[in-house]
Amino acid sequence: MITLEVLRTGPLALVEDLGRPGLAHVGVTRSGAADRWSHRMANRLVANPDDRATVEVTFGGFTARVRGGNVDVAVTGADVDPSVSGIPFGINSIYRIHDGEVLSLGAPHSGVRSYLAVRGGIAVDAVLGSRSYDVMSAIGPRPLQAGDILPVGPNAGGYPELDQAPVAAIAENLIELQVVPGPRDDWFTDPDTLVHTDWVASDRSDRVGMRLEGRPLTHRWPDRQLPSEGATRGAIQVPPNGQPVILGPDHPVTGGYPVIGVVTDADADKVAQIRPGQTVRLHWTRPRIAAGRPAGW
Amino acid sequence: MSNVIRDYGDRALLLECESTDEVLALTAALNEAQIPGVLDIVPASRTVLLELAGPRDQAPTRQRLAWLQVEAATAADDDGHIDVVVDVVYDGADLADVAELTGLDVPGVVEAHTATPWRCGFGGFAPGFTYLVGGDPRLAVPRRSEPRTKVPAGAVGLAGEFSGIYPRQSPGGWQLIGHTDAVLWDVDRPQPALLMPGMRVQFRAV
Repeated sequence: MITLEVLRTGPLALVEDLGRPGLAHVGVTRSGAADRWSHRMANRLVANPDDRATVEVTFGGFTARVRGGNVDVAVTGADVDPSVSGIPFGINSIYRIHDGEVLSLGAPHSGVRSYLAVRGGIAVDAVLGSRSYDVMSAIGPRPLQAGDILPVGPNAGGYPELDQAPVAAIAENLIELQVVPGPRDDWFTDPDTLVHTDWVASDRSDRVGMRLEGRPLTHRWPDRQLPSEGATRGAIQVPPNGQPVILGPDHPVTGGYPVIGVVTDADADKVAQIRPGQTVRLHWTRPRIAAGRPAGW
Repeated sequence: MSNVIRDYGDRALLLECESTDEVLALTAALNEAQIPGVLDIVPASRTVLLELAGPRDQAPTRQRLAWLQVEAATAADDDGHIDVVVDVVYDGADLADVAELTGLDVPGVVEAHTATPWRCGFGGFAPGFTYLVGGDPRLAVPRRSEPRTKVPAGAVGLAGEFSGIYPRQSPGGWQLIGHTDAVLWDVDRPQPALLMPGMRVQFRAV
């Protein structure tokens, strides 16, 4: 059997797939790759179905030795100068690693998370139907450590079609995100503050949530408490301090802070690549409906 | 059918209800209806969130919801059957406070908590945690003003109109009235959660 022997993990390396949907009613969140787009792209380059598990490497620094045969790999997401035995091969491309060679990822030029796909997928045991690690509930394959041996699964049958995918570099400065207004935008005195502020991404951000810092939003009814309601990835919750939090893949299933808007599904992946200190600008996808305006106006 | 349906981003819908009973009836109808493109149904105290497979499912799901038949819970549904009996040792740190807040004495609190069956309303907070509803209304108490940093697994508590059991050690602000050895959450079981929305639960003092 082909395996990857983890030599170094960098700050955080997790096995992730597309998560475990359908369990929210028992308190289990979906989880899965933070940047699903890059995860899928890595799988496609090595002819895997989208749901095969990849390694999500946060801030680079991951190295592993291939054992038991040759294997095709691809690295996507944040550019970490992937190389094999000292020879660079470039992100968003497919590369064959031979038995005994060592794959190394450096530090990212921009962005945060890189995805390592191997042809056949990372075949660790699934928990509740998924190979994703959920950092909030600690469900799934535990965070990788040096010395871990990761089994590689069987090929899915297809053949890789492209040597390299043309992918735009991740933005180094300003990040712009589209936000659907509501459902609780009427809980703020001036909800448009959200789209009129240059927010700064906080370093207190993880797979549960990305904190933004800037001119605080003011709650219209500071003494009123919203009964907890279901939440999704991309929801922008505003706690009493007025500083928004964009929920990530491992968000709590329900939350009690009002959600002023929700990042579109397509842009939710971009959130996974925002670095602490980067400027984030938000835009409504459509005009807000003013609170209290009667229907039919 | 609830009258307010709000867009929640571009791949989810938030349905608003008047009461937890309405949430439970709507959730049952949604589970029954098996609407295509609905990945996850998340009931909460006054809302049900539908997570959809993709943005293209939002408009068709709104239309399908307009045709959804929701049957209000009737007395006939309440046939008195109990799905789970939970044995509790009533020795919680807040038992005396709860007795004082409710005006019942300690045996009265135990009697009120065990005599009326509870219904599993909705989850959230942690895997395996369920907000229990429909208990004796005399047991409604506020949360503790100072939440505890550590509440042990199996602790049985009260907060507002709800009762609940902590599935694992965690911080918590509920008033603790007892503890159980029942295992609320175990990923190695075929059904990891002991309590599932809609189940009827009876507490028994041991």
